[in-house]
Amino acid sequence: MQQRQVGLPAWIFVPAALGVTLVLLPLVGMVSRVEWGSFFELVTSDSALTALSLSLRTSLVATVLCLLLGVPMALVLARTSFRGQGLVRSLVLLPLVLPPVVGGIALLYTFGRRGLLGDELDALGLQIAFSTTAVVLAQTFVSLPFLVVSLEGALRSAGARYEEVAASLGARPTTVFRRVTLPLVMPGLVSGAVLSFARALGEFGATITFAGSLEGTTRTLPLFIYNLRVVDPDAAVAMSLVLVAVAVLVIAFARPGRSTW
Amino acid sequence: MTLELTAQVTDRDVDVALDVAEGETVAVLGPNGAGKSTLLAVAAGLLRPDTGRVVLDGVELTGPRTWVAPHARRIALLAQDPLLFPHLSALENVAFGPRSRGTHRRTAREQARGWLEEVGVADLADRRPGQLSGGQAQRVAVARALAADPRLLLLDEPMAALDVAVRPALRQSLRRVLADRTVVLVTHDVLDALLLADRVVVVDGGRVVEAGPTTDVLTRPRSAFTARIAGLNMVRGTWRDGAVGAADGTEVKGLTTDPVPATGDSVVAVFRPSAVSVFREPPGGSPRNVITTTVTELEPYGDQVRVRAGDLAADITTLAAAELDLVPGLRVVFGIKATEVAIYRT
Repeated sequence: MQQRQVGLPAWIFVPAALGVTLVLLPLVGMVSRVEWGSFFELVTSDSALTALSLSLRTSLVATVLCLLLGVPMALVLARTSFRGQGLVRSLVLLPLVLPPVVGGIALLYTFGRRGLLGDELDALGLQIAFSTTAVVLAQTFVSLPFLVVSLEGALRSAGARYEEVAASLGARPTTVFRRVTLPLVMPGLVSGAVLSFARALGEFGATITFAGSLEGTTRTLPLFIYNLRVVDPDAAVAMSLVLVAVAVLVIAFARPGRSTW
Repeated sequence: MTLELTAQVTDRDVDVALDVAEGETVAVLGPNGAGKSTLLAVAAGLLRPDTGRVVLDGVELTGPRTWVAPHARRIALLAQDPLLFPHLSALENVAFGPRSRGTHRRTAREQARGWLEEVGVADLADRRPGQLSGGQAQRVAVARALAADPRLLLLDEPMAALDVAVRPALRQSLRRVLADRTVVLVTHDVLDALLLADRVVVVDGGRVVEAGPTTDVLTRPRSAFTARIAGLNMVRGTWRDGAVGAADGTEVKGLTTDPVPATGDSVVAVFRPSAVSVFREPPGGSPRNVITTTVTELEPYGDQVRVRAGDLAADITTLAAAELDLVPGLRVVFGIKATEVAIYRT
């Protein structure tokens, strides 16, 4: 079925097409630079696989952390009201607009050796900065808002009426959460989690500031590509293409409105 | 189970009291925004009133120092929309209440099947809510509310969202399953009140304006809202010189019922639209009340025409309407025989 939008001026298609070009042309440019002959060899080198596996593992852990922390955050923001809630919501979303490198510095001066919690962590024998834990923390820091935003939206549009009915049928709050709230917002939860995963996978600024770039420990795929860019441009392009493929998959999963009741 | 409820909610300008006896169905009637839903929300524990109490069977659920959570009240709520959980089958929806109270899954399903049968939709057990019609979904919702074994059932306009054609059948089913239960039924529909309720409470502007046995309230309305939903005309005024004198100068004579009003009493004159004749000129002779008014609306009413003039209505034949050449805006005279008018104190 084709539906004409009423009153859409014809010229609007020109900047729209330019915008699409701006997004897609660089990808074409990148693909045109791929050395297909050595592609497979480049993306399966030891250091490439190490970086890829580190990226996938840390991003997965970060996504799980986002779920464990973000679901309760979204629920509290969507279903309760308290003084200063607006302020809390804005501050929680800060990492969305903050340059990641600033996030990295903030994390460093909180969890780093000379940071806010440095002495306490030292006493416990924990050293977080420049470790894989730091990578996960940095990724969680930047991707948490994605989950909170998309889940809070889903919770608000689902409304509280089903939950009220469930309570009137005798379901305790935990039962309501498990059997009604969660299933109702599952599409929003899945797309939020996928977005968080994607953001974690692409994390660069906060990671390099807070965790450094140590092969096998903190050098995730984006950091690896950045390093490679000078010494081995062909490998950098090949690995970039791998990340593009992952991103396309993620979009296919998280497309808004994909799964609705 | 008896319910005693008082609630003051300042934000919504609501101040109501409601008592429901064991096994009684009380219909709460009232215009939109009158405070009916507020009353239900207070009973269900979804809203805490500024002051007030909810006492069910002698146990305080809401009070100055008590608060029982909604899930622990055993008060089930059935809304205008069925609100079936979209991710569960009809059967699992009905089994939700028993499961939540800890009933074993298999027992809960058996009970759910029984309730679906009770409301006549046993064959739809495996359907998802999205595959049910409005009427079917509301039946499943009724079964779900009953399966939770509530001590009090709150129905919030359960038929308002349904197609007019499916309402009578559901009303019959409700009449059967609600028979011995303690129920508060919020409705707009006078038929719901007549067929389902033992008693009627009319709420307007956040206050209870009338209460009593259904037929009494509907045949002898004391508020304009009740008169309108009962399909009756009402002229309100004070008793002087053997007639109801309205504020706009209209005088209506009729048959008074005990207690006989005294001069200055506030009284109402009530008459059926079918008792009203419509004229273009004031008629002479017969002992009629005449009210000069302006036609505001004409609508088909069965095989007749309902002529509306402000708050009053007259039912006349289509032929008469054509002969009078009625159009909105026309000045006409409504004539009502005094013997057709009931007058009583309010």
